[in-house]
Amino acid sequence: MANLKDLRVRITSVKSTQRITSAMKMVAAAKLRRAQEQAIAARPYAERMERMLGSVAESINDISSAPPLLAGTGKSDVQLIVVMTTDRGLCGGFNTNIARWTRRQVRTIVSEGKEVKLLIVGRKGLGLLRSEFSDKIIDTIEDTAKPAPGFDVAASIASRITTMYENNEFDICTIVYNRFESALSQIVTPQQLIPFAPTSSESLQSSENDASIKNVGMNVAYDYEPEENAILTDLLPRNMSIQVYRAMLESFASEQGARMAAMDNATRNAGDLIDQLTINYNRTRQAFITKELIEIISGAEAL
Amino acid sequence: MSETLVQFELVSPEQLLMSEEVEMVVVPGSEGDFGVLPGHSPTITTVRPGVIHIFTNGTISSRIFVAGGFSEVTSDRCTVLAEEALPVDKMDKAIVESDLQIAIDELNKTDEKTAKKLAENRVNIQRAKLAAINSPVYQ
Repeated sequence: MANLKDLRVRITSVKSTQRITSAMKMVAAAKLRRAQEQAIAARPYAERMERMLGSVAESINDISSAPPLLAGTGKSDVQLIVVMTTDRGLCGGFNTNIARWTRRQVRTIVSEGKEVKLLIVGRKGLGLLRSEFSDKIIDTIEDTAKPAPGFDVAASIASRITTMYENNEFDICTIVYNRFESALSQIVTPQQLIPFAPTSSESLQSSENDASIKNVGMNVAYDYEPEENAILTDLLPRNMSIQVYRAMLESFASEQGARMAAMDNATRNAGDLIDQLTINYNRTRQAFITKELIEIISGAEAL
Repeated sequence: MSETLVQFELVSPEQLLMSEEVEMVVVPGSEGDFGVLPGHSPTITTVRPGVIHIFTNGTISSRIFVAGGFSEVTSDRCTVLAEEALPVDKMDKAIVESDLQIAIDELNKTDEKTAKKLAENRVNIQRAKLAAINSPVYQ
């Protein structure tokens, strides 16, 4: 059995770990509230923009005359995947889930004989994917959320993607992020950015006035001012930034939620461990005392 | 939905700024201002930097500056997606003037094409802000 001093040291160290994890949990909880509000507040804009874009896109008869961001290149030979991960660890399965999805997706695309490029946002994603796909990663973007995701960062990522697209570096672009569902659950969500594709209705079901969004608008013949293509050239790049921004906000909120849950678990585990160690410690101490007493008594008897 | 009111929504990337029923809104479209009353024909248009006027009970109830964006109008609602929005009476003339000066300086400094376009855009926005403060229309 371990001696008393070792146990004491062990207990102290677990206790200080527990203090750290519980502090991190508290910090994550505080950040989560703000991040969650931000993510949810940003949803109306992104959804309305998508709806608007959807109805403009629908009204275009000749798709080949539309801006390339909408029309696509007509190929799917090179696919770009933008992977949203975190800069910091200790947030449970958050990054692992994204990485797992990405790995599966990359293998599928490669097995179809197509090329994949990865643009990774966040240091942790790089660490997870570097070993397997180092030749496919074109770049990493770090520190996007300090202290909170900013629209200008999203805009610069979007314009970078657009520039790459204009240089014919890829045909299809998908962004994958953890969608904020609740503090305890995040859902890995892929979304196609280029060419523009309206999000399927089920993933839109988040907002409370969703029904009204879908009912209004889709089948109405709109007037366009200026004409459709001019609006599209304005709307499409804008929409890119917005969708990237939304992904960043959702991912950030999810990160805080995941970290909070992970740290809560860790704190509880540490508590259990401390209890166990304390029992051990007390038993050892009692056994020690008993042993000493026996020694004294038997020593006295021998006299 | 009332027959005589329009559901007006002003949304910025950060949040839903405003959602209320109003009598009429005048939106600065890129091809001219247009007023939206109930029963307006469905329209999608781009918005230039300028002022949105909101009318209730026959008078202007608020004036909001937007730095461009998009607008979608249906027969009973008007949605404006604005990049930046703030009430005209909260804008400070001195600040806007200094911002305009900074923007003009920046414009003069840059030569690169995209940066120049961005700077030009900023100058236009500040000019529109100044115009919004100086000359209230639709009194």
